[in-house]
Amino acid sequence: MAKVTIDGVEIEVANGTTILNAARQIGGDLVPPAMCYYSSLKDSGGKCRVCLVKVAQGSAKDPRPIPKLVASCRTPVADGMVVENLTSKDVLEARKGVVEFLLINHPLDCPVCDQAGECDLQNLAYEHGAEATRYEFERRTFDKIDIGDKIKLHMTRCILCYRCTFVANQLTDGRSHGVLNRGDHSEISTYIEKAIDNDFSGNMIDVCPVGALTDKTFRFKSRVWFTNPKDAHRDCKKCSGKVVLWTKGEEVLRVTARKDQYGEVKEFICNECRYDHKNISDWIVEGPRHIDRDSVISQNHYEKIDLQKLKKEVERQLEFQKGKQLPESTNGSMKV
Amino acid sequence: MGKHILFEHINIPGIENFSIYRKNGGYASVEKALKMTADQVIEEVKESGLRGRGGAGFPTGLKWSFLDRKSEKPRYLVCNADESEPGTFKDRYLMEKIPHLLIEGMITSSYALGAKTSFIYVRGEYMYVIRILEKAIQEAYDNGFLGKNILGSDFSHDLYVQPGGGAYICGEETALLESLEGKRGNPRLKPPFPAIAGLYACPTVVNNVESIAAVVPIINMTADKYNDMGIGKSTGTKIISASGHINKPGVYEIELGLPVEEFIYSDEYCGGIWKGRKLKAVVAGGSSVPILPAELILKNAKGEPRLMTYESLAEGGFVSGTMLGSGGFIVMDETTCIVRNTWTYARFYHHESCGQCSPCREGTGWMEKVLHRIEHGNGRMEDIDLLVDVAKKIEGNTICPLGDAAAWPVASAIRHFREEFEYHVRYPEKVKNPKHFELEPMVSYQVSVNS
Ligand SMILES: Cc1cc2nc3c(=O)[nH]c(=O)nc-3n(C[C@H](O)[C@H](O)[C@H](O)COP(=O)(O)O)c2cc1C
Ligand code: SF4
Ligand code: SF4
Ligand code: FES
Repeated sequence: MAKVTIDGVEIEVANGTTILNAARQIGGDLVPPAMCYYSSLKDSGGKCRVCLVKVAQGSAKDPRPIPKLVASCRTPVADGMVVENLTSKDVLEARKGVVEFLLINHPLDCPVCDQAGECDLQNLAYEHGAEATRYEFERRTFDKIDIGDKIKLHMTRCILCYRCTFVANQLTDGRSHGVLNRGDHSEISTYIEKAIDNDFSGNMIDVCPVGALTDKTFRFKSRVWFTNPKDAHRDCKKCSGKVVLWTKGEEVLRVTARKDQYGEVKEFICNECRYDHKNISDWIVEGPRHIDRDSVISQNHYEKIDLQKLKKEVERQLEFQKGKQLPESTNGSMKV
Repeated sequence: MGKHILFEHINIPGIENFSIYRKNGGYASVEKALKMTADQVIEEVKESGLRGRGGAGFPTGLKWSFLDRKSEKPRYLVCNADESEPGTFKDRYLMEKIPHLLIEGMITSSYALGAKTSFIYVRGEYMYVIRILEKAIQEAYDNGFLGKNILGSDFSHDLYVQPGGGAYICGEETALLESLEGKRGNPRLKPPFPAIAGLYACPTVVNNVESIAAVVPIINMTADKYNDMGIGKSTGTKIISASGHINKPGVYEIELGLPVEEFIYSDEYCGGIWKGRKLKAVVAGGSSVPILPAELILKNAKGEPRLMTYESLAEGGFVSGTMLGSGGFIVMDETTCIVRNTWTYARFYHHESCGQCSPCREGTGWMEKVLHRIEHGNGRMEDIDLLVDVAKKIEGNTICPLGDAAAWPVASAIRHFREEFEYHVRYPEKVKNPKHFELEPMVSYQVSVNS
């Protein structure tokens, strides 16, 4: 076990845990944002640089600080490490820079983008970005292409997090490059199409933090915040069958996997569940889906608040503020 | 005349052939090393004070001692011959003229590291060099210096040459390893360092051509004699590729500690500035290192003469100093437009970014576009501070040092030549002529050292 302090909060975590995951165990605002890291995708992370933090003390044995900011998603903790995230000016400055870099070539076409409302880049920009751009040059554009018959790749929106290539890589045998060209002309290649026959290829859509990969069966049907998310499941031989149905009235507009509060899917779903069961009668509906993250959707009061649950969550948070170890949440998704 | 230990025999006709190389004392270091233990060879390299000649100047012996020797896995030595930094062309000259020196260094070093296999990763554009190396390697096999039981010892070794795919980034050691494995040349995240998990996740040492070649004289003449040359922690000799507005551009082996002024002006080396013009600025260690104006390259901010050593060139930090880097010494006369030059570098780094991490992928292109605008008479005063800010936000925040290498030239050019950037904004009509400073040299800038 290793004891680390992040923004003044101490926690003990297993050796080898990354700074980001240690912060996630603490929870709350001090968790660095992550645009490329995805815990279930091996080798992901390290690329977008939004999760940069300062290591003010390397470890108890060697207290020297690490001279450069480090990517918290790929840097393991050490016993006695002291990390600064929100408490470091350098980190906030660097992060603001990264957000700006991510945006200078982004088309900012949120008004016509299906991801808007549940987009990690949108959220990040609201939280950390500047309100105006300093970039006045022509933005980079690409043609839209189809990845198989169900997925649209809108490369112009891509932030090159490489997550989709990891999905393609890890689903299929053999290595696939996934990325063509270099620098700001790099693009996700149709090579990931090689993985398209795989039953789980649709998960590329869910891991994409922006609107670069979208579900063609849903494109332009509705703004996500006008849909009603419901947890549902079905008996599926290929996957867990646990999904979220995005409905309008009785109509199922879209099926996705369930994302946790960090936008990560823990149980990937198969293409059959995703694309082929758009009838509400195909599903056993469990109830409204709680959206844990700050997003346009969670502003909608489609959910009835369970007072009992709310009370428990408030108690839990109070305990925590008294400095006690955070007990397991009784309901994984409740947020005050 | 300065002492030559790498280039001692370089002008002997036919030295690229095994027999002539051997007649001139070639492969003696292999014979000598095989009579020593591997640890003794490593110790000798440590003692010599040799520092990496690829740019970072990391002590070679120390790097070798980090190699995971407990691991059951095979160990590899990889020679970095990707040489693609603008201004740097020393390794090519060495490999082309005296290929056996590198091969001998590879064998001796591999023996020290316990590597049964080693690779020379050569820049793809150096195709003819690859042919020269392959011929020399064959000769070494034919004469029992490569292959099974070298010179009847227990030590067996195979050496391969791998052409690069044509990207500057593949010179970064972990991108090089990816490329060598047949993958896209994206730099890896560190840790783990190559010494623990390098090529095929096995313990690996990556060294520059010149670093490996220097092992030969170190073993032959002993570490004591080697570190008699040079000054302080800059021991031995360094190969410098000098280019730009000098009378004698070329590749020179110098003893570390040579005064910069002597290197530029003496007839033995650069022979002074061409056409009788004045010196304006120098990029001392390849395009990635900070540019310095004449005043600060000949003498440091304290007024002491600068020497060609790691320490002396770095004196003053990035405020008034620079780096020895890879030894690509680029000299600019008074007619050079610093803005144009900076834009050229920025264009290079924009073109060569691998695109993995956002600050470098997006920031390099942004800097290039702003510099283009200023150089072509369309800039604004705010652009100058914008460049400083973008450079600052790239520096230190990326996966590999290419981000820093892209930021430093821009930041240092503005630090030392801000007036010239301002001049471009003020007199757009004048700078629209691409020969603007050739017609009307601008040397009235002030050097501002705010230490
Ligand atoms: C973008 C980039 C390009 C590089 N190119 C080269 C190169 O062409 N040759 C080289 O020897 N080192 C190059 N390096 C440095 C290597 O990463 C590494 O430090 C070096 O090969 C180590 O060898 P040394 O210790 O013998 O200097 C480069 C580094 C970066 C970041
Ligand atoms: S398409 Fe989406 S998932 Fe793939 S690299 Fe781009 S942003 Fe990431
Ligand atoms: S700094 Fe540039 S070259 Fe290096 S990994 Fe990042 S994008 Fe690639
Ligand atoms: S989440 Fe850590 S670098 Fe992208």
